Amino acid sequence: MTNQEAIFEYCLRIGDTSLILGQRLAEWCGHGPILEEDIALTNISLDLIGQTRGFYDYACQVENKGRTEDDLAFLRNDRDYRNLLMAEQPNGDFGQTIFRQFLISSYYTLFFTALSKSNDETLAALAQKSLKEVNYHLRHSTEWMLRLGNGTEESARRMRTAVEELWMFTEDFFDMNDVDRILLQAGIGIDNSALRADWLHFAQDKMKEAGLLIPEKSFAIRGSREGKHTEHLGHILAEMQSLHRAHPGATW
Amino acid sequence: MADKIIDTIHQLLSTIPDPEIPVISIVELGIVRDVQLSDDGAVTVLITPTYSGCPAMMAIEQEIKSTLHEHGFENTTVKLVYSPVWTTDWIPDEAKEKLRKYGIAPPAHSTSDKSVLSLHPRSVACPRCGSLKTTMISPFGSTACKSLYKCDTCLEPFDYFKCH
Repeated sequence: MTNQEAIFEYCLRIGDTSLILGQRLAEWCGHGPILEEDIALTNISLDLIGQTRGFYDYACQVENKGRTEDDLAFLRNDRDYRNLLMAEQPNGDFGQTIFRQFLISSYYTLFFTALSKSNDETLAALAQKSLKEVNYHLRHSTEWMLRLGNGTEESARRMRTAVEELWMFTEDFFDMNDVDRILLQAGIGIDNSALRADWLHFAQDKMKEAGLLIPEKSFAIRGSREGKHTEHLGHILAEMQSLHRAHPGATW
Repeated sequence: MADKIIDTIHQLLSTIPDPEIPVISIVELGIVRDVQLSDDGAVTVLITPTYSGCPAMMAIEQEIKSTLHEHGFENTTVKLVYSPVWTTDWIPDEAKEKLRKYGIAPPAHSTSDKSVLSLHPRSVACPRCGSLKTTMISPFGSTACKSLYKCDTCLEPFDYFKCH
């Protein structure tokens, strides 16, 4: 695998994660528990889809086969997608959406901080841009996690359920394969597995403040690096891609 | 000669209002990063997005092309750049005053002030009555760059242009 091929894969991972999570959050449009949160979740969605465009655009450049952002988003099947498994998990209730956001945003805060120092200028710039936005998303989801975890008996129960439902997808964040090793060697990518200790420390601290415990026994579901997904991704793609597949090449 | 043409282009660009906040120009907002002129007269305008998903970027690109075209620059390319990362620190004081008069509270701090790391920055003044007794209603607002506040003195709700 060449550096260029590895960068292409790397951009897909980041771009696919933000696109799928952005699509998930957009499902809240018109369904938020209160107007302000409807606006918040869709604003976060907008940031994420914007980030996707930056990473897809760069992926298309390094691939150099004439594919466009739209081709990547609308004409790939689930096994070609490289998004983190966490991103495709269903919204559940508001608490579950918030907890999923907390987990991904806290991971991406560390990830983009490290990637900001990449010796690939484009990746570094995209990471710096995304980091500012992800920081804001993290503050928002952390505040809600604290409020719900320390809120009523019902809100705390729902947050505990969210932890049980989602924790198993966190190990998938830190896996590394040849793509990571090649790019780490070249000073382009980051040491992903090295983020795990800091992330766990941060997540555990904040969850504790919210009265939430990390499950003692939890098995890990992983495989996003190889395009192995949970059943949910196919359903999202079916909805997201239907218009483009019915009308190939449709534009606004 | 080339410098003079670039100056003219800058002037033209500073007449283009931001599509979402029409009281300030895309130059004042810091979106326009550079203007380049090649020997054959082709113009390249470098712009940077405020937020990654800002839906106004496409409108801004179109507006730049049509404004320059009207003034005889027929070969214009608009290029998106991400570095250096856009910050509200680039908005000059006069533009902040225009925002305030328009009813949007301008960014209250420099981003080097770490209090902005909180979702609830201190002392956002009401753009209408100037009171510092204000409360955030929502960290997210009508556009990606704003959050929602209300004034506890004059009771008016207002937009706050977030420090970013």
